Amino acid sequence: MSRTITIDPVTRIEGHARITLQLDADGRLEGARFHVVEYRGFERFCEGHPFTEMAGITARICGICPVSHLLAAAKTGDKLLAVTIPPAAEKLRRLLNLAQLTQSHALSFFHLSSPDFLLGWECDPAKRNVFGLMAADPELARSGIRLRQFGQQILELLGGRKIHAAWAVPGGVRSPLSPEAREWILGRLPEAKATVTTALELYKQLLDGPLQREQRTFGDFESLFLGLVNGEGQWEHIEGGPQGGLRIRASDGSIVADRLSEDDYASFLGEAVEPWSYLKFPYYKPLGYPQGIYRVGPLARLNVCDRVGTPWADAELEELRQRSGVGPGRMITSSFAYHHARLVEIVACLEAIERLVCDEELMHGRIRARASLNRNEAVGVSEAPRGTLFHHYRVDDHGLITRVNLIIATGQNNLAMNSTVTQIAREFIPDPVPADAEIPEPLLNRIEAGIRCFDPCLSCSTHAAGQMPLRLELRAADGRLLAERSRG
Amino acid sequence: MSFLDLDEFLFDLAEQVEIVFSPVASDIKTYPEGVDLCLVEGAVANADNLELALQVRRRTAVVVSFGDCAVTANVPGLRNLITPGGRDSAMAALQRSYLELADSQAQIPVAPGVVPELLPRVLPLHEVIPVDVYLPGCPPSAARIRACLEPMLRGERPRLEGPEMLRFG
Repeated sequence: MSRTITIDPVTRIEGHARITLQLDADGRLEGARFHVVEYRGFERFCEGHPFTEMAGITARICGICPVSHLLAAAKTGDKLLAVTIPPAAEKLRRLLNLAQLTQSHALSFFHLSSPDFLLGWECDPAKRNVFGLMAADPELARSGIRLRQFGQQILELLGGRKIHAAWAVPGGVRSPLSPEAREWILGRLPEAKATVTTALELYKQLLDGPLQREQRTFGDFESLFLGLVNGEGQWEHIEGGPQGGLRIRASDGSIVADRLSEDDYASFLGEAVEPWSYLKFPYYKPLGYPQGIYRVGPLARLNVCDRVGTPWADAELEELRQRSGVGPGRMITSSFAYHHARLVEIVACLEAIERLVCDEELMHGRIRARASLNRNEAVGVSEAPRGTLFHHYRVDDHGLITRVNLIIATGQNNLAMNSTVTQIAREFIPDPVPADAEIPEPLLNRIEAGIRCFDPCLSCSTHAAGQMPLRLELRAADGRLLAERSRG
Repeated sequence: MSFLDLDEFLFDLAEQVEIVFSPVASDIKTYPEGVDLCLVEGAVANADNLELALQVRRRTAVVVSFGDCAVTANVPGLRNLITPGGRDSAMAALQRSYLELADSQAQIPVAPGVVPELLPRVLPLHEVIPVDVYLPGCPPSAARIRACLEPMLRGERPRLEGPEMLRFG
């Protein structure tokens, strides 16, 4: 009698998903699947809205990475206006994205994933979370919370609010950075650097010790990697410039395609549908589906670039490559390395933020190019925390949307996430599973943790209805638990 | 995620409450009995959302409709505008994404018990369960969340007044 084991919901990720393990009649694992279970339909209901509203609407796709959609929508808008935005606006947008990468990566590492490493796979599931971390290592938890706050605060200083600031617009940005805000950023940078230094030291110790098996078995397979690079082939997160663009590398390090333009995405990226998930499966078209599996995001960006271009991040990238034990020029293929890559990217972001806020051009007053509609179709790209994001709009002569296609970062890791949960299940699940046996919770949590490597943002393909229930204990001054309060 | 913008106030909160269920802040898979307070975010768009909302209501003393999507259906509710009266809007949206914007194996996902069916119309939370407190905002800012939570921690009903506390968006 074949069985299906379901993990529902997958926790400590952004959004709603299930994992199922399929066992055959003998209890042997046939396969594992990652199912995304929400769907909203942005590609259909944005039709008829002015393209200038797209930033505001699509930012609502997600509360962790709204900036990515804001930037992709603004960049698509720049092209519909056919303008080149002022240099200060380009730099301010860059600062916005660096702040977002910092806060989102901090959230992924400290709030969502670190409970697995620091509290342990076997830890009581009721305590294996950010609140458990706050109890076990308050200093580390506080520093992680403050690192995310640093990124969020920059977003607020630029856009007036932490989440969903409608600040980047077609043609540039709405407001400049104030001198006081610049001082605040410079003042908080040392603490942010100290936090990421501590996190890196701690994480490397874990890699040398208890996490070796995870590094080897959490989604270590060959695939292509895709990400932006700049004109010099260096790490890039927003705009490759005239000589830069999208680069695709194979696991042996060979460059499969280079300096691709987002305008041509439909010629090299396709999307497949599986009946068991609302998340589509992008693939590299020349290899077909599913052989065209590729990965995006922090590890992909660090794999495809030749170097970051700032000293501390370059040293950390070198160490990441050495520790992964791959030969010179080869790609890091273990998905577990996404965690380490995220920390290296925080370093890259902090160095880049420091350079930017010391750049006088950033403070220049001209921040928006104004024009009316000059094109009817455009594609915008940005590197979201989770990978490359494409927005593709067609508009009528009034600027009203007639067609939208969004290719979301997390979606592009869909094939890789499915391969990862399958590989972890094969490594950790008993073979065969006895007919009446339950699989221990820590083993199931490891399979979920395979998904956490990718830090998926499922709201970007869906809209999570998360709950944050609280048990309110009302205590008297002597610590006595008082009766539950009445409603109303 | 705006909840996590409470930053260091989370430490104060952790001293006074126990988080018993949360997709992002807990690994507990089943919504427990006897919950005192639940912040429910998001519109009710599919069968799973509906089932969970009903379960939350049965097992919770105070339900907060948290954020504009829960309060008004907001952006996900734009799906209702695709067709007259929102009828079959789910099908219209699904066709675009999975049939017209697919390059390989175009089909509408159907997997009973695994992939939940969409509801014909997207609904705000109070259309499926009674709600005790409304907290608007897209998202509600951390300051607004605190203004809502702090009175409840003292056992009082929150009084949210003025645009700083009540403005949508």
